[in-house]
Amino acid sequence: MTEAVKTPKIPPEKQILMTVNGDEAVAYAAKQSLVDVVAAYPITPQTIIVEKFSEFVADGEVHTEFVPVESEHSAMSACVGAAAAGARAFTATAANGLALMWEILYIAASLRLPIVLAVANRALSAPINIHNDHSDAYGMRDSGWVQIFVENVQEAYDTTIQAFKIAEDERVLLPVAVNLDGFFLSHTLENIRMLPDEEVHKFLGGYRKTYPKVKVDYFDEEVPLILNPARPLSFGPLDLYDYYFEHKMHQIEAMKRVPEVVREVNEKWYELTGRKYGDGVLVPYGVEDADVVVTVLGSTGGTVRHIVKKLRSRGYKVGTIRIRLFRPFPHKELAEMLKGVKVVGVMDRGISFGSYGPSFLDINTALYDLKERPLLVNYVYGLGGRDAPPEMIEKMFMELLEIAKTGEVKERLKFLGVRE
Amino acid sequence: MAELRGYKELPIGAIPFRLSTDYKTGDWRALRPVVDHNKCVKCMLCWIYCPDMAVIWDGEKILINYDYCKGCGLCAHECPVKAITMEPEPTE
Repeated sequence: MTEAVKTPKIPPEKQILMTVNGDEAVAYAAKQSLVDVVAAYPITPQTIIVEKFSEFVADGEVHTEFVPVESEHSAMSACVGAAAAGARAFTATAANGLALMWEILYIAASLRLPIVLAVANRALSAPINIHNDHSDAYGMRDSGWVQIFVENVQEAYDTTIQAFKIAEDERVLLPVAVNLDGFFLSHTLENIRMLPDEEVHKFLGGYRKTYPKVKVDYFDEEVPLILNPARPLSFGPLDLYDYYFEHKMHQIEAMKRVPEVVREVNEKWYELTGRKYGDGVLVPYGVEDADVVVTVLGSTGGTVRHIVKKLRSRGYKVGTIRIRLFRPFPHKELAEMLKGVKVVGVMDRGISFGSYGPSFLDINTALYDLKERPLLVNYVYGLGGRDAPPEMIEKMFMELLEIAKTGEVKERLKFLGVRE
Repeated sequence: MAELRGYKELPIGAIPFRLSTDYKTGDWRALRPVVDHNKCVKCMLCWIYCPDMAVIWDGEKILINYDYCKGCGLCAHECPVKAITMEPEPTE
């Protein structure tokens, strides 16, 4: 949700109005973010991002080294090498391509490399399907990446730039994945406002050139955490039962600091552009006095908000929270917001087979510590790009309002929009 | 081995805080190469094949650096005059 600010540093008329789809918006954002290395392999629905970016390279509009690698495994590997050498690295993928990156995702996070990855969310095979769900992003949930889900094309542009700021913050130093729904956002044209190049450069502090300092026994002084023959460091060598656990603690600690940085960046972006997305972590709407709240990730957030407005106008006490930051998951903040709510419907565009939708598991965990816990229902919907029309969302709200009345959850896990 | 450090004392990024030469990988060894200098013809094939650069030429004869020799046995296998034998590590 975009809220207008009275006096943004760059007023709307000084921003550049462009009609682009989500992929192009991400490509423009990466271009303005002074990315040093893009290593990528094409896959629908991400292809336009790197296709557009390769045009910038061919036209000499960027200084970027473009590495057309032979697979996504290599794409992420090349980004790891580039980022370890001190470059600002970017790539994009989806679905099976993301699955092929899996091994290197963990390595990028463990080595604390601030790579930015755009994921145009798409269903995983089989059967092969090019359309949207969140099974690919849910698959990388435990890899140590920061995961942000956007709702529209404007937010895809804004968030891609923010992602570099978040990733490179000394308190974070973790890779960030920007998730935009395949086709619903990646291929849908929207009028967006972009900043002039130099404003993005200023926002990011120019090229990536400052690095965290580390202390090792063989140098007297702290040295920058990058590959440099003059100050040699080893990235990723053997680490057994003696130190592996300690090194995982570094990632655990870094994740704890992510939400405050996401909030700060969201606020700075607001001052600059007049646009913000909730507090950057959660985007609530109509939650304060609500009996029924629906949580959602990604582009469906707009449809849900539309229905909330409609039902509110008829006097129903309903609300919604869009989860923008999925990893690290904002357990405490969400529990605080859902205090006093009677029923929570959790929408998941993906499922952990044999369990529930991944966001349901986190929300269930978040609510456990509340003295009076809301009733919970998990709605799995939209797999393989199945549409989530307003009527379906409205029906779900009516069902949840009925549960609020009766206090009885008959089925904990429900499937929306599937034929029996 | 120095005392193990806590995570708050370690550099981030899982980089080693000591030089790799400080990690004595020789203690992985189960069998150790032993050179019979009466048989050795100083052809240096062992020096060429050793994957850990643990064969050293001191100007007159070859020596094995047991700090880093992992006991793979390549040197013994490649020696054309069978001057190197793999023997069990002495147990104490």
